[in-house]
Amino acid sequence: MLDLKRIPVSALIGLFLTALFLFAALFAPWIAPYGNGEIVGDVWGPISATHLLGTDNLGRDLLSRMIYGARITIFIAVAATALSFILGSVLGFTAAVVGGWLDQTMSRFVDLLMSIPTLIFALVVLSVLPSTLVTLILVMGILDATRVYRLARAVAVDINVMDFVEAAKLRGEGRSWIIFREILPNALSPLVAELGLRFIFAVLFLSALSFLGLGVQPPNADWGGMVKENKDGIVFGIPAALIPAGAIALLAISVNLVADWVLNRTSDLKGGRGNG
Amino acid sequence: MGSTLILRLIAQRLALGVLLLFAVSVLIFAGTQILPGDVAQSILGQAATPQALENLRRDLGLNDPAYIRYFRWLGGVLTGDFGTALSNGRDIADALGGRLKNTLFLAACAAVISVPLAILLGLLAVRYRNGVIDKAISGFALASTSLPEFFIGYLLILFFAVELQWFPASSTVFDTMSFGARIQAIALPAITLTLVVLAHMMRMTRAAILNVMQSAYIETAELKGLSAFEIIRNHAMPNAVAPIVNVVMLNLAYLIVGVVVVEVIFVYPGMGQYLVDHVSKRDVPVVQAVGLIFAAVYIGLNMIADIVAILANPRLRHPK
Amino acid sequence: MAERTKTNPQRPGTGTLLDIRNLRIEATVYPPGEDPKNVVIVDDVSLTVERGKVLGLIGESGAGKSTIGLSTMGYGRGGVRITGGEVILNGRDILRSERGLRKLRGKEVCYVAQSAAAAFNPAHKLMRQVVEATLEHGVSNREEAEKRAVDLFRQLSLPDPENIGDRYPHQVSGGQLQRVMTAMALCSKPDLIVFDEPTTALDVTTQIDVLAAIKRAIQDTGVAALYITHDLAVVAQVADDIMVLRHGKTVEWGETRQIIKEPKQDYTRALVSVHAIDHDEHTPTPTPILSVDNVTASYGGGKVKVLKNVSVDIHPGQTLAVVGESGSGKSTLARAITGLLPPESGTVSFDGRVLANRLADRPKEDLRQLQMIYQMADVAMNPRQTVGTIIGRPLEFYFGMRGAERNRRVAELLDKIEMGKGFADRYPAELSGGQKQRVCIARALAARPKLIICDEVTSALDPLVAHGILKLLLDLQAEEDVAYLFITHDLATVKAIADSIAVMYRGELVRYGPKSKVLTPPFDAYTDLLLSSVPEMEIGWLETAIASRRMEAAGN
Repeated sequence: MLDLKRIPVSALIGLFLTALFLFAALFAPWIAPYGNGEIVGDVWGPISATHLLGTDNLGRDLLSRMIYGARITIFIAVAATALSFILGSVLGFTAAVVGGWLDQTMSRFVDLLMSIPTLIFALVVLSVLPSTLVTLILVMGILDATRVYRLARAVAVDINVMDFVEAAKLRGEGRSWIIFREILPNALSPLVAELGLRFIFAVLFLSALSFLGLGVQPPNADWGGMVKENKDGIVFGIPAALIPAGAIALLAISVNLVADWVLNRTSDLKGGRGNG
Repeated sequence: MGSTLILRLIAQRLALGVLLLFAVSVLIFAGTQILPGDVAQSILGQAATPQALENLRRDLGLNDPAYIRYFRWLGGVLTGDFGTALSNGRDIADALGGRLKNTLFLAACAAVISVPLAILLGLLAVRYRNGVIDKAISGFALASTSLPEFFIGYLLILFFAVELQWFPASSTVFDTMSFGARIQAIALPAITLTLVVLAHMMRMTRAAILNVMQSAYIETAELKGLSAFEIIRNHAMPNAVAPIVNVVMLNLAYLIVGVVVVEVIFVYPGMGQYLVDHVSKRDVPVVQAVGLIFAAVYIGLNMIADIVAILANPRLRHPK
Repeated sequence: MAERTKTNPQRPGTGTLLDIRNLRIEATVYPPGEDPKNVVIVDDVSLTVERGKVLGLIGESGAGKSTIGLSTMGYGRGGVRITGGEVILNGRDILRSERGLRKLRGKEVCYVAQSAAAAFNPAHKLMRQVVEATLEHGVSNREEAEKRAVDLFRQLSLPDPENIGDRYPHQVSGGQLQRVMTAMALCSKPDLIVFDEPTTALDVTTQIDVLAAIKRAIQDTGVAALYITHDLAVVAQVADDIMVLRHGKTVEWGETRQIIKEPKQDYTRALVSVHAIDHDEHTPTPTPILSVDNVTASYGGGKVKVLKNVSVDIHPGQTLAVVGESGSGKSTLARAITGLLPPESGTVSFDGRVLANRLADRPKEDLRQLQMIYQMADVAMNPRQTVGTIIGRPLEFYFGMRGAERNRRVAELLDKIEMGKGFADRYPAELSGGQKQRVCIARALAARPKLIICDEVTSALDPLVAHGILKLLLDLQAEEDVAYLFITHDLATVKAIADSIAVMYRGELVRYGPKSKVLTPPFDAYTDLLLSSVPEMEIGWLETAIASRRMEAAGN
């Protein structure tokens, strides 16, 4: 079905770069030339044969830190996205199918959470919580789950009123058949398309938190944290901070390109094999 | 006849906004008070003796039940008293005044550039739909929604402040500054903010206009032999205003959030910088106050968007 | 391509207004995951319209009739391109000058859309929109234009003609809006009006008034018209000539009388005889299979009563047709019987036992005995399941059939609905409208029910396809001895297939009994109105119907 020639160039570029980042994240200890915290040269040393991207504010190899940074960035973003998806879609589907006061209560609570800007609310909560990876993932995942909840609920509500669901109810089918066999297969493609966008949001959100000094704590650093470490060099014309910042942008663009392609494919899809 | 219905709907929406604001204040208070974490401990540090902690807790009223502390806090907020900062003991309301003004000034400058630009580009994209301009605009939109604020910000600093030295790298402002100097100081953060919201606003404007242009009544107007200009002015615009205002308001709300990061990049003395500083210091009263103000602005903008939509709906203005 | 009849109606003295020659219209479609394709929508169609005459364009969906109508204004909807031929209006080829089109639209040719509710701008008052084209083209000044508009409102029998122009579109009913749109088209005194299914979206009793108003306005103003519809009986009332189209090609073109009385082509013949189904009425049996006794139901916890004390019986192997317009409560009756909307009072008994009110309280066996077929077959089937799964599920669910046994039964059922077993692996999106409805019928039959509720099952289909479905349903009834509760707004269908009829109006049963009795006078007022509103394929039926209505009104 998936004909490689049919994939547009932009999506191919996106796929290639995303794969590259994933590879770096997975095999960081094997491909990084130096250790993560190892001081190997001068402060903000220039690009050279031994240090392909130069060195950072403490004289650590920037390329190695970028590779380890990819690992931390992608790990946290994936974990937070997974959490937000599981939480949001399970609650969203339940609200749509069960309805009644359960739906009302959960939906109003989500409205309330969403009436505070996500970043602001995260900052409020992080002001009292300990700065650990688990906190970070939980805060990001739960706040983002509100958006997934809204989408999942809306999609499921739309499907739930379709005649084929009514037909299943008239047949006497149980609730699990209706959720898993009638609704879920039809809700999957909009949710999958949303997955990419939520991941990008998680990457950008994590980077912003770390940049503000409230995300991943030193000596470990995700890309946002590396921007913070190296930002003071900018006024001296040292562009080290732009390398992790650019990597974040590149990762986000790559995933965006892939998500865009998936979205275009699925939005035309009326069902079945997708070519009717 | 129509006006009473409209007034009622608007009153309902305003009441909902106030209710939401109270609920948000509860949430923000709960978020900082009930979660594990102790203000007294944060102030005195890990080495504090239990006796010292207990004394401080008593002085701060931390031993009272949470709801009493909430109403005490809320009562203060409603009378303009945000309490004092734990970190330096200064009055929060005093510190906020100037910073709020600075933040609003920065956001307003960004809005003044981005709103007309986004609407213009959105219109262009619709006018030359699927053409080169449209493709370029949507490509730019895709790229710019993926760029973190600090990437744009530091790129601008490196180029315009360090290389060309047109603007300062950090946006220091003070009260005695002239308007021109102030504008020069905030030029780079304003441009950064503009670039951050522009793409999103443009995309949404395009979608809103496109939606109107595909209506059957636009076809009717075309089949009456009206010119493109007349169709847009008489038939598209009256119906497109509400969705466009909606788009603008939602993006201004988005801009308020973007301000936090941008202020840190440019070391700009606004609310965002103030918030971030005090989150690191775990200065809860300041975080609560600033969080509430940000949320209030956000809720207010969303409320305006809804009210404009109510006002622009002919079905509500002229009920049966 | 179909052979064109040579009875090109040429009556002298009036002069040709519109002359379309060898029109060819194409569009580019973008199937997902495939390269863009060119499709021909209209292929080599030629026609002429004399001044003051009405040409009816008739065909099923996809016949290209609307596309031809819009081509007279040089307009292609949604990327449609006119790629060949000439459209000569008032002696000049309008396709030659792109700039001239604006002067023509709204002045020489005007358009009346199917859905006036969507075609009016919600932000402006009606009057402003009605006179807009007149002022744009400088036909007259505002004062004169508004005076003419009020005259037209009066001529079209709109209520309060002086003030209706001050209203907004959403403040006026659908039937009235359709007439306002006709006034809008007539206001700039055009030579030609394109009516694109102007009465299709209306209820049958509203349709006749709008149709009569349109016909009178055409006669009084002497405007020529292209009248586009899928309903031959409707077009026969207003058109001087009729052109039958299929798949973008001309099938037959002739005078109205010739087309409906002496059609030359098989396809036309099929369209003319679309409601002729042989069905002898059965007499009621002593024990009904389903008995609805004094049922009252409402929405919103008793606020809106939608069914008031309805009692009907359905007899084994027979068909009860429930007729009524939108809002009559006919679909609510089905929901009450199935338990989706539990009745407030009254009982539903099936096969001698009383059914539980709520769906959730009914045993599986009761659910199996009572199946349902929906109006929109595309949303009645899960798009992610194959036809085999869709038909096979009731077999598994009710009878525990699995594997080869189930597949054999699915193949049998596919055979029964006149589709091969090869369809078992297809998805609903790969089927045509008629095939989808057949699969839904098979799914209902798979449960071996004693009663099937058919909710407007043919109203979304083209007449010929609907005809096939009705015949299939009757054949299956004879084979399987299943009873039908047939809900419809279409009296012609009712006449063709029912054994007994229930007429509903605003939630109440106004007339009920065996078909022959219900359709025999004396009638109650509503049934009379309903029956007299169904267009018949007779020239002059409209005038007779309107005249008899006036007499009754005078008599009252």
